[in-house]
Amino acid sequence: MREIEAGTITEVVARLCVEANEHLPGDIQAALKRCRACEDWEIAQGVLDQIIENYEIADAQCVPVCQDTGMACVFLEIGQDVHITGGDLTEAVDEGVRRGYQEGYLRKSVVQDPVRRGNTGDNTPAMLYTEIVPGEQIRVTVGPKGFGSENMSAIRMFKPSAGLQGIKDFILETVEAAGPNPCPPMVVGVGIGGTFDKAALLAKKALMRPIDSEHPDPFYAALEREMLERINELGIGPQGFGGRTTALGLNIETMPTHIAGMPCAINISCHVTRHKTEVI
Amino acid sequence: MERHITLPLTRELARTLHAGDTVYLTGTIYTSRDAGHKRMCEALARGEQLPFDPKDATIYYVGPSPAKPGQVIGSAGPTTSGRMDAYAPTMMSVGARGMIGKGARLPEVVEAMKQYDGVYFGAIGGAGALLAKCIKEAELIAYEDLGAEALRKLYVEEMPLVVIIDCEGKNLYEDGRAAYLARKNGSCT
Repeated sequence: MREIEAGTITEVVARLCVEANEHLPGDIQAALKRCRACEDWEIAQGVLDQIIENYEIADAQCVPVCQDTGMACVFLEIGQDVHITGGDLTEAVDEGVRRGYQEGYLRKSVVQDPVRRGNTGDNTPAMLYTEIVPGEQIRVTVGPKGFGSENMSAIRMFKPSAGLQGIKDFILETVEAAGPNPCPPMVVGVGIGGTFDKAALLAKKALMRPIDSEHPDPFYAALEREMLERINELGIGPQGFGGRTTALGLNIETMPTHIAGMPCAINISCHVTRHKTEVI
Repeated sequence: MERHITLPLTRELARTLHAGDTVYLTGTIYTSRDAGHKRMCEALARGEQLPFDPKDATIYYVGPSPAKPGQVIGSAGPTTSGRMDAYAPTMMSVGARGMIGKGARLPEVVEAMKQYDGVYFGAIGGAGALLAKCIKEAELIAYEDLGAEALRKLYVEEMPLVVIIDCEGKNLYEDGRAAYLARKNGSCT
C-alpha cells in the first residue's frame, strides 16, 4: 500500500487547471495546422490563421487560450493500493480547482444553483469522476470544458433496430444543429452503449482521448474516420462561415448495453479542446 | 470587402456594411452577456436609464477572464449570441445598433435588425488571447457583482471582425456555406 497526501492531489489539480487552459494539446495544434494546409476556401483559411495565431499567443504568454476557461472536469483513476491521507478527497480536488482558477487568473464560470443562479466565485465544484483501478498510482486528468460547445451536445435512447444507420444520422444531425454555435472547427465525442448516464460519460471521455488516436476495434475506428469525413463535407467550415474544416476529430467510446437499447450521446467540443494529465 | 471603421455605428455607417465584409473596428464598445442583458432589460421595463448611452452603441457579448498584473484585460473572445436573442430587439429599440458575438440568431432578431438598421459582427470564437490584444482600455461601469458578466466599457483598436448579418438581413452563415458547397459541387452559382 502506498500513502498519498490529499494536499499533493490539490497541488496537481491546481497546476493542471492552469496548464490545460494556457497550452493547447499537441494533437489539436497539429490537427489545426494540417487542416489549414488542406483548406482551400479563402475566408476559412483566414479564420484558421487567427485560431493558430491565438493558441501561439496563449502558449508564449501563458494566458488562457479562450476566456471560457470552463467547468473543471476532473478524472481520477485511483490505484486500489493507494491510501489517501490528510484530508477529504473531494475537498482536495475542489481546493485544487479553487487555487488554480484564482492563482491562474482563470474565469469563474460556475453558478451555485442551476435555476436560481449565483456565481460560486471560485469555479467550484469540480465535475469529479473517480475510478478504482489496479496499482498504486493516481492518474489525474483535468479537462476544462466550455459551454458554447457543451450546450450543443445531445443524447438519444435508440431502439436496437435503428442500428448503425441511426447512429450515423444522429451524429450528422447533431453537428448540423450545432452549426456555428460551438466555435467550429469542433471535436466530436461519441459514447455508445451502457445506460443513459454511462453513454454521456463515454462521450465526455472520448473528448479526453487524443484525436490522433483511434478506437481499438477496427469497426469503430472505421466509423470514426467515415463520420469525420462526412462532417467535413457539410460545408459549415471554421466559425460557420463556410469551408471544409468543420471538425478536427471525432472519437468514439463504446461499452456493452441492454438487449432493449442502444444509448448514444454526442458531446460537442470546440477547437479549444483542452486536457492535461499527470500521474502521481 | 475589407473595411476599417471608427465608431459610433451610425445608421448611415451601418447601411454601408454587408454580410461577409471583413471589418477592423476602432472605438468604444460595451460588454454584456446573459445576466447583464437581463438586468438592463428589467431596468428599461421599469423606465430606468441604462448604465451607458445606448444611442448608436455596439455591444460585445463577452465575459473576459481576469486581467493578470500589467494586462488591460484577460482573454476576451465572444460568447454564443443566441442566448441574448431574448434581449437584443429591446436593446435595438432604445438605439443600440452593433452586436459582436458568434453563432446563429433567431428570425425575430434579424427582423429587428432590419427595422433598426442593426449589424451583427462575428469575432472568432475561442480566439480570446488574440482578441484581447485589440483592447486598449477597459473600465468597469456597472453590475460589478456579476463578476465576469459585469458591464465594461472598452476601447478597441482594429478589432478583427466579420459582418455575419447586415441590416438588410443577409446572412454569412447561410450564404458563405452555400457558396462553398456550390463551388465544391461544381455548380456555377
